[in-house]
Amino acid sequence: MIPAPFEYKRAASAEEAISLVGQYGDEAKLLAGGHSLLPLMKLRLAQPAVLVDIGRVKDLSYVKDAGDHVAIGALTRHMDVETSAVLKQHVPLLAHAAGHVGDAQVRHRGTIGGSIAHADPASDLPATTLALGATYVVQGPKGRREIAAQDFFKGFLESALAADEMLVEIKVPKMNGAGWSFQKFNRRAQDWAIVGVAAWRRNGASGVALVNMGSTPVLASAVSAALAGGASIADAAALAADDADPQSDLNASVEYRTHLARVLVRRALEDASK
Amino acid sequence: MQVTITINGQRYDHDVEARTLLVHYIREHAGLTATNVGCDTSSCGACTVHLDGEAVKSCTILAAQADGGSVTTVEGLAKNGEMHPMQKAFMENHGLQCGFCTPGMVMAAIGLLKENPDPTEEEVRLGLEGNLCRCTGYHNIVKSVLAAAKK
Repeated sequence: MIPAPFEYKRAASAEEAISLVGQYGDEAKLLAGGHSLLPLMKLRLAQPAVLVDIGRVKDLSYVKDAGDHVAIGALTRHMDVETSAVLKQHVPLLAHAAGHVGDAQVRHRGTIGGSIAHADPASDLPATTLALGATYVVQGPKGRREIAAQDFFKGFLESALAADEMLVEIKVPKMNGAGWSFQKFNRRAQDWAIVGVAAWRRNGASGVALVNMGSTPVLASAVSAALAGGASIADAAALAADDADPQSDLNASVEYRTHLARVLVRRALEDASK
Repeated sequence: MQVTITINGQRYDHDVEARTLLVHYIREHAGLTATNVGCDTSSCGACTVHLDGEAVKSCTILAAQADGGSVTTVEGLAKNGEMHPMQKAFMENHGLQCGFCTPGMVMAAIGLLKENPDPTEEEVRLGLEGNLCRCTGYHNIVKSVLAAAKK
């Protein structure tokens, strides 16, 4: 399988990439690691006329301690997120979750920004950064703006990114010692999660997000509200699917996914409370 | 477009379509056919090669993305007629049956030991999660990798 023909452009900077996608509009797609986009193009589920390769924009690959948060360049590869000492210390949930994306070969190529911009509800990092209350920095022709993760995901593979904008940085608040857990339920090691849960907890505060429980990554707000109100883990976890709208597919029915979400959220909260 | 890739130390220059995948560049343009195309969807790992020193799935990378890069395939492992220790370990431990997954498996295993030179059995199994063996010969593959790590 090879993709349909397209025109290939290579951008040396974020500015050049934005100018190129601005020029071609909806016809163009940004190519980072390509591990979400190229499989879709082979299957003709995506057929951009122009690919703008941003894989060589090296100044967008970094992990920086920025005081109250960690700033991650959008082109930082999963393997570098997984092994970052700064993230292991300050945002261990994200480093851990990055180690569960695909397999080693995929993690050598795929990028955190690519995964988030692709906005696949079955991917691990959109939900994980959502649970952590991350902010996404996007750049367009008029400069940069910030979008809260909670406002970013608009539908299946749809985000708040405009056609001429590019995700450039992910700002993730430090966890300050919060307990955390990442639960991924799948049939084979490298598969997408049938259901996944990213969760953290500190005193009354918590963040819980679900993988593959709707057309977008889902923030399980009802769970956090219940915990803040003093509910037990079991009672809070029973609300796990209240914010979700799961679909049936080859792997699981709606009922099975709903059940899994409750079980996995309970396990995650127990794990995060140890 | 003109794409230049060094494969196993030799430079290849070819004018290819932008949609050419790295695995096709290696097999059809450079004529190195040990690297297999298996699932074609970045699941099975049969196409694993090293790009600039890291194990990658060459069916999910455009040749254009690897332009200027350096690739090692299983053909490039032997030195002076001597097989690479990982190749020997696969041979000695019966780490292959039909052999289809083997080139990718060997390249992934070498990549694994580069990042974790002394893995546990569990770490080998996890580290090779991106490589499927349809003969299900995993047990001897894991044995081979553990044996190679001791060399």
